[in-house]
Amino acid sequence: MAVQVHPNEIVPSFGRRVVDSVHRFFDGDVFHSFRSSPVAMIAFAVTMLLFFLAAFAPWIAPHNTDDVSTLNLMNARLPPFGVTDDFGTEGVADFLLGTDDQGRDILSAIMFGLLVSLEVGFASVILAAVVGTVLGLISGYVGGKLDSVIMRIADVQLTFPAILIALLIDGIVAGLLPRALHEELKIYVLVLAIAASQWVNFARTVRGSTLVEKGKEYVQAAKVIGVHPALIMIRHVLPNVTGPVLVIGTLSLALAVLTEATLSFLGVGLPVTRPSLGTLIRIGQQYIFSGEWWMTIYPSLALVILVLAVNLLGDWLRDALNPKLR
Amino acid sequence: MLAFIVQRLLQAIVVMFVVALISFSLFRYVGDPVNNMLGQDSSTEQRELLRERLGLNDPVPVQFFHYVGNALQGDFGLSYRMGKPVDELIAKRLPATIELVAVSAVLALLFGVPMGVYTGLNRNSWLSRSLLTVSLVGISLPTFVIGILMILVFGVWLGWLPTFGRGGVVDLGVWQTSLLTLQGWSHILMPAITLALFQLTLIMRLVRAEMLEVLRTDYIKFARARGLRNQAINYGHALKNTLVPVITIMGLQIGSLLAFSIITETVFAWPGMGLLFLQGIQFVDIPVMSSYLVLMALFFVIINLTVDLLYYAVDPRLRSQHVGGAAH
Repeated sequence: MAVQVHPNEIVPSFGRRVVDSVHRFFDGDVFHSFRSSPVAMIAFAVTMLLFFLAAFAPWIAPHNTDDVSTLNLMNARLPPFGVTDDFGTEGVADFLLGTDDQGRDILSAIMFGLLVSLEVGFASVILAAVVGTVLGLISGYVGGKLDSVIMRIADVQLTFPAILIALLIDGIVAGLLPRALHEELKIYVLVLAIAASQWVNFARTVRGSTLVEKGKEYVQAAKVIGVHPALIMIRHVLPNVTGPVLVIGTLSLALAVLTEATLSFLGVGLPVTRPSLGTLIRIGQQYIFSGEWWMTIYPSLALVILVLAVNLLGDWLRDALNPKLR
Repeated sequence: MLAFIVQRLLQAIVVMFVVALISFSLFRYVGDPVNNMLGQDSSTEQRELLRERLGLNDPVPVQFFHYVGNALQGDFGLSYRMGKPVDELIAKRLPATIELVAVSAVLALLFGVPMGVYTGLNRNSWLSRSLLTVSLVGISLPTFVIGILMILVFGVWLGWLPTFGRGGVVDLGVWQTSLLTLQGWSHILMPAITLALFQLTLIMRLVRAEMLEVLRTDYIKFARARGLRNQAINYGHALKNTLVPVITIMGLQIGSLLAFSIITETVFAWPGMGLLFLQGIQFVDIPVMSSYLVLMALFFVIINLTVDLLYYAVDPRLRSQHVGGAAH
């Protein structure tokens, strides 16, 4: 039976192309590998659950911990529901995971803290990915002196651990800006510091892939017909290096969340007015000596589950996108 | 060989120069050193005197030259916050950090390498599988969470180990050590394990991966065909060839041990350099920050240099390449 082709279908519309690529995705190897990996599916479900809890924290959290006026010191340091602490205080159902020293509900604080941690994490990974990918593309495609300069900087930076670079940037900015302004801009400084410690991974990976793509025929062909180098990089090379960028991006998200938590734990991260998971752990840390473990343990647990789930997802993605392992 | 060493040395000097430049600009341009040292309500003469004494009126290249000259003699100026020479502060804190890092590195190697060899040789035993699973969780556990958990379990609930400080130290003149007394060891145990855990899992996974790789190679098959004993193959041939990447990674990891000691020192109130640096950042104590930066860079450069040279000594293939290259 002859298939009728509408003239418009020869060059498919944008919507058509999106639908096609969605179909391709669900028929494709990556989705198949996802369906056959229980670890990946669980990790994905857990990650999505945590994203959901964070994104809708203002509506679904039992208490609004962002609003200081709702806090009541009478509720401070309550143990979790069903637990009696060393002083004989019993937990109540209203504060399922107990409260901290200000009377903040731990469960709600974790949900709001997750949101802050993920905001910083996503922002810094996106910044690092954009900067790293652009520099990696240029480095790999243009080559020559520019390449060696960018890669030498990357080499030197790679010998310094990320946490040290982030700490240093934070310290320098603190010295350059007046204190009040610094407090206000803290979240941006943090994003910048974490991104600065992560761009190298993107740049090196993209450079490597670009070098491979550069030698292939389609790039040669584009060069021959006189396409502008910038256009070749964006339209032809970039789409073919997105796989590795996606993998590095996922693993970097876990690392960025960890770095943010560490910096906040060390007291150079976000201010206590908008606590992230790391800040919560730092606040709770001083109370473990009196046996009030819930203030630290629950936020730590949330952090570890988030990082573990994202890491597992990244590991799976790396294997799924690697045709050698199939 | 000589050319290789000279090239590496030159690279190291360039890195140190750049770091010195950064650290100098930190000191010179981040905040006003005179304001920081004298405070807001000082007379103009006092300020001018200090400017002259610090050499701030000289041309900038001259200032940089002085800065490097002083730094080479270990003089990094006065801490803004404590008013004491920074080199004295660091000298007092250095032994604590070095001992912590050294004990952690030894722990990580002592347990990591055998565990890696075992999991590499016995891929499918239940012990290997559980070690691998545990190590995956270990990698996702942040250092400070491990530290807090250990304090909670062994310090608070069980009450076995002290949770902060170095305990009694023995003064050996320039070096105060906590490794000579039982009490000192009880203090260093938890911080060292906390710091070592991540490196341990890393080394274990690396050694395992390398062992699996090497055991597939032809020369191992050939050694088996020759009828060599398993032990000779596993340890004499396979393990030896896995050591090259392990040395590199371990060398680089000592750098990250130094960096992560900042976190461990905070959790356990360990009076080392990391804690000093962190306080330096919190109070924008630029001389402390910049001297810590220079010291860290120096450590990293020395470590990288040593790793490169060790590489050279361990792997004969590298040597023959260079000899061949020189002969052409």
